[in-house]
Amino acid sequence: MTQKTAANGSGVMLLVGTMKGAFVLRSDAKREKWKAEGPHFAGETVYALSHDTRNGRNRTYAATQSFHWGATIRTSEDGGRTWTGPERHPVRFAEDSGEALKQVWQIVPGRADEPDALYCGVEPAALFESRDNGETWTPVEGLLAHEHRPKWQPGGGGLCLHTIVLDPENRDRTLIAISAAGVYRTDDGGRTWTARNNGIRAEFMPDKFPEFGQCVHKVVHHPARPQRLFLQNHWGLYRSEDWGDSWQDIANGVPSDFGFAMQMHPHDQNTVYIVPLQSDEFRCTPEAKLRVYRTKNSGASWEALSDGLPQSGAYETVLRDALTADSLPVPGIYFGTRSGKIYGSSDEGDSWQEITDGLPPVVCVKAA
Amino acid sequence: MITIELPRALGPYADGRTRVVLEEPCTTVSDALRALGGHSPGALDRVMDERGQVRPHVNVFLNGESIRFLSGLETPTPDGSSILIVAAVSGG
Repeated sequence: MTQKTAANGSGVMLLVGTMKGAFVLRSDAKREKWKAEGPHFAGETVYALSHDTRNGRNRTYAATQSFHWGATIRTSEDGGRTWTGPERHPVRFAEDSGEALKQVWQIVPGRADEPDALYCGVEPAALFESRDNGETWTPVEGLLAHEHRPKWQPGGGGLCLHTIVLDPENRDRTLIAISAAGVYRTDDGGRTWTARNNGIRAEFMPDKFPEFGQCVHKVVHHPARPQRLFLQNHWGLYRSEDWGDSWQDIANGVPSDFGFAMQMHPHDQNTVYIVPLQSDEFRCTPEAKLRVYRTKNSGASWEALSDGLPQSGAYETVLRDALTADSLPVPGIYFGTRSGKIYGSSDEGDSWQEITDGLPPVVCVKAA
Repeated sequence: MITIELPRALGPYADGRTRVVLEEPCTTVSDALRALGGHSPGALDRVMDERGQVRPHVNVFLNGESIRFLSGLETPTPDGSSILIVAAVSGG
């Protein structure tokens, strides 16, 4: 079990990315009262936030996108209070690639044994890596040149690489997910990538189980059991026990298997959280009830968590990176909605409170 | 001599200036923007993407006319021309 160093002393820092900037919410370990700061980068979209404590760092990364001036990555060395940005946009395609960066969707610190490595997933779909703490970035050519790439189709949010799952035990193995291309895995450090979508359905395709083309929304795992993956699909909930070689349906007792967000319990490799949505057309919480669903048995069954959450008139949407967990001994679970609300639980999801309201549409929530 | 007027948002990437005077020869808007990039690469990054295209929600005017309705980046820039870069009316 890994205990992260909270950027807020012994408390919790919530990094909240919205369509109009980033906010930082802080609380002590009781997680009852919160103070909000922001907006940082007012008016800019913040799809990805990440906190890096490797090698004693206290560095926070924010992927910001100006509607006018492009996308970049900014950093903070003081827990998100002040930020600096680079002169030039550091994540960029080669001039002759024919591609132009639209958005950074995910920033992931590297493994413990590569403390200066960072990875980011972007739109148009590509994986970038940095070996110098984010000073410079290069695209992972093996994925950029993949033979499937010309046939990848954008999902509703664009053709984005939004999920990066690192094998903590094997530097050569990384799994990524792209909407709408599906899951790909490399076992040779990024040189070659193989589609790993066996068993994941693509409801919107003539062939419901193609080699690739699935609209995978999120994949999570527990570092103590990295080969076991959980996946929230565009219709479908799945588990893999073999690093994505095969997938089994685990939509057992949920009101809908459509959704975006998925979060692993930080200390229990059998416990996962999701927020089901009614359909891909409506994309709001079923029956206008805001419910988080939790499995404690790896998907054999799911239970609704609703204590403290509105159970009528709640037409809410929780996006793929807007569900998170802190790492305290009794972990807190948090999520943000497109209507600008943040909810939190300090008891693993058993009960909830509204932390704040009135934010711009929330697209990303990360706990540190 | 070509003058480039920048929006305030780009001033921090041009030594705090919002008016840059280019002394080097520039026969087209493309030449002028690349010259701007020589002095202020961060400002050019925010005006043009990696492909060398003006970002979709940025407007470039030459002597009061949008280059979208002239010859784009290949629009000739007579000596004394003024280039105005502005954020387009867009957003949500």
